[in-house]
Amino acid sequence: MLPASAKAPHKQPHKQSISIGRGTRKRDEDSGTEVGEGTDEWAQSKVTVRPPDQLELTDAELKEEFTRILTANNPHAPQNIVRYSFKEGTYKPIGFVNQLAVHYTQVGNLIPKDSDEGRRQHYRNELVAGSQESAKVISETENLEEDEEPKELETEPGSQTDVPAAGAAEKVTEEELMTPKQPKERKLTNQFNFSERASQTYNNPVRDRECQTEPPPRTNFSATANQWEIYDAYVEELEKQEKTKEKEKAKTPVAKKSGKMAMRKLTSTESQTDDIIKLSQAAKIMERMVNQNTYDDIAQDFKYYEDPADEYRDQVGTLLPLWKFQNDKAKRLSVTALCWNPKYRDLFAVGYGSYDFMKQSRGMLLLYSLKNPSFPEYMFSSNSGIMCLDIHVEHPYLVAVGHYDGNVAIYNLKKPHSQPSFCSSAKSGKHSDPVWQVKWQKDDMDQNLNFFSVSSDGRIVSWTLVKRKLVHVDVIKLKVEGSTTEVPEGLQLHPVGCGTAFDFHKEIDYMFLVGTEEGKIYKCSKSYSSQFLNTYDAHNMAVDTVSWNPYHTKVFMSCSSDWTVKIWDHTIKTPMFIYDLNSAVGDVAWAPYSSTVFAAVTTDGKAHIFDLAINKYEAICNQPVAAKKNRLTHVQFNPIHPIIIVGDDRGHIICLKLSPNLRKMPKERDPG
Amino acid sequence: MNEWTNTGREPDPLPSSLAGPTAPGLGEPQAEVEETLKRIQSHKGVIGTMVVNAEGIPIRTTLDNSTTVQYAGLLHHLTMKAKSTVRDIDPQNDLTFLRIRSKKHEIMVAPDKEYLLIVIQNPCE
Repeated sequence: MLPASAKAPHKQPHKQSISIGRGTRKRDEDSGTEVGEGTDEWAQSKVTVRPPDQLELTDAELKEEFTRILTANNPHAPQNIVRYSFKEGTYKPIGFVNQLAVHYTQVGNLIPKDSDEGRRQHYRNELVAGSQESAKVISETENLEEDEEPKELETEPGSQTDVPAAGAAEKVTEEELMTPKQPKERKLTNQFNFSERASQTYNNPVRDRECQTEPPPRTNFSATANQWEIYDAYVEELEKQEKTKEKEKAKTPVAKKSGKMAMRKLTSTESQTDDIIKLSQAAKIMERMVNQNTYDDIAQDFKYYEDPADEYRDQVGTLLPLWKFQNDKAKRLSVTALCWNPKYRDLFAVGYGSYDFMKQSRGMLLLYSLKNPSFPEYMFSSNSGIMCLDIHVEHPYLVAVGHYDGNVAIYNLKKPHSQPSFCSSAKSGKHSDPVWQVKWQKDDMDQNLNFFSVSSDGRIVSWTLVKRKLVHVDVIKLKVEGSTTEVPEGLQLHPVGCGTAFDFHKEIDYMFLVGTEEGKIYKCSKSYSSQFLNTYDAHNMAVDTVSWNPYHTKVFMSCSSDWTVKIWDHTIKTPMFIYDLNSAVGDVAWAPYSSTVFAAVTTDGKAHIFDLAINKYEAICNQPVAAKKNRLTHVQFNPIHPIIIVGDDRGHIICLKLSPNLRKMPKERDPG
Repeated sequence: MNEWTNTGREPDPLPSSLAGPTAPGLGEPQAEVEETLKRIQSHKGVIGTMVVNAEGIPIRTTLDNSTTVQYAGLLHHLTMKAKSTVRDIDPQNDLTFLRIRSKKHEIMVAPDKEYLLIVIQNPCE
């Protein structure tokens, strides 16, 4: 701050750098550019030194006086500040400009005593310290008073301070009692009439408000991640993929209808929501198990029992009765045909009909399994009695049957219809007499199924399944040889022979044997329709069965109601062996395990087993298997198990186990 | 010699001579299953049969309620355990039948995809 001491007419200094006379340095305004007496002194004491760049002025110019004025104006402050006035909408110059120039500032912590803050601090100090503080305060106040004095005088002997200090000490002792109260806040209350009145504001009651939403529906879910569950998931995925692939394939080809059909089939099966159906498999298994429990001992015998007595019985065997199969629906019918299924060795087919010419009624086809002896697996009904049946080797679900009325039919076990899949009719060449035997043949060249049938009307017919129709071809018409009756008028009648049985050669495909009602056996060939290859005068009555030996391709066997069983070599016209069984023989069958064993059943309820290797003249087993009234009609060996099934004319089928003696296999012989 | 015992069933009425769908596995599969279940129930020695669904709730039964519920609950767990055991050993394998033979009788369980068929039989001895 510059004390403005001299004021003179203000001249705007054009040149700031005015050197006064004799080479004084540049100085600021405030550094004493006083024109006055002081300059003379300066001038005298100094020697003029001229800097090289000094202005050279004339004397007149040197003497010229320049007045300089010290003002309190801030040289840095602008002189022409203008501000925008919103009222007038123009810039207006501000008249007064602040000329304050601050050169140095420092924030300190000294407070004037008399200010509010100072007093407050003061008061606080008094409160906190108490009596000591009060003493100090007093002493301080005394000192302060004292200090003020020395400040003014500037020469203060120490004794002066001591005296008033002593006086202050006295005062302190006197006022000690009174002062402690002073710092505390003293409430001045009326001693006689004072009531403290306090009031409390009303607190608003607090209330909790809650809201609960309805919980989302929850269920507990738990599962285990086992190895097999993962496997199942993968399998399902695979199936889905395959299905989609199939659907694509079904859609893409031209026959879109087939795709639609497939879709319809899918939907139709899915819509069957009857739950019980899903139990069918389980129910089946359960039934078998229940039966197994009931017939447990029989099952055990079937599997494991071997008659130990056979060791002691010299070459004689027995038949152990196992299961008995019967069905109420087939009660009054006779068993007319038996056949084991070539694929499922526990399944066998039974044909029911009647041999009685007078009493002809319906027929039945039942398929039983050894696993369930109480109820058949499949059951078919037909109008006419079934006389024969055969199961196809390669397609074990196809059963060919021949009826009493001459019709033949094919049943398909896979299809759930009770009707046969294919049936012959009067138009399509059915026989006019009962069909006594049917046999499947190999598929013909067009892969069509083919079977033969023989009947009493003398025709041997080959049936072929061409495009879902049975087409028949007469292979041979049996003629009675040697008896051409001469009828007047020159007509030649050829009496027709009645075929009752036939069998095809195992190896030579075209050769087969036919047995007739007259008792003759003809050896025929498929290719020759009129001529027989050979004729055998076999029996006196109708031939019931002819059968080639499965191992010896030259040997065959025949049986008849004339009580005999004969064994032939087809090259020789006379039989090799003849057995008389005292009763009409219903059926004979070769054993599949030995070339020398065969079984025969008779109408007196007995079963005879022969083993030519052991005993050429007698049966090694001669056992009644049914009541004497029951005539045994058929017998069949099981291909793998040591059992035989025997059917009788009451509709019963008995399963018997062969004892070890009956099952002796022939030893390997050296050829020649 | 083994006994030839009649199964003691009532003879079914004979059908007419005309061929008709009388065969099992044909025409109505539902009737066939019903018939099979009837046959099982009337078989020798069978004490009771019941059908239990996948959650262990009995659907059909020939026994009284409390016994049924007890059997159903217990056997359901056991069957699940047995099935799990079989499949853990080989996932391609599956349980087809479960038999529990006790002193008094034999419990047989035939599991299916959704159902369980339980039969209690007294093997004749």
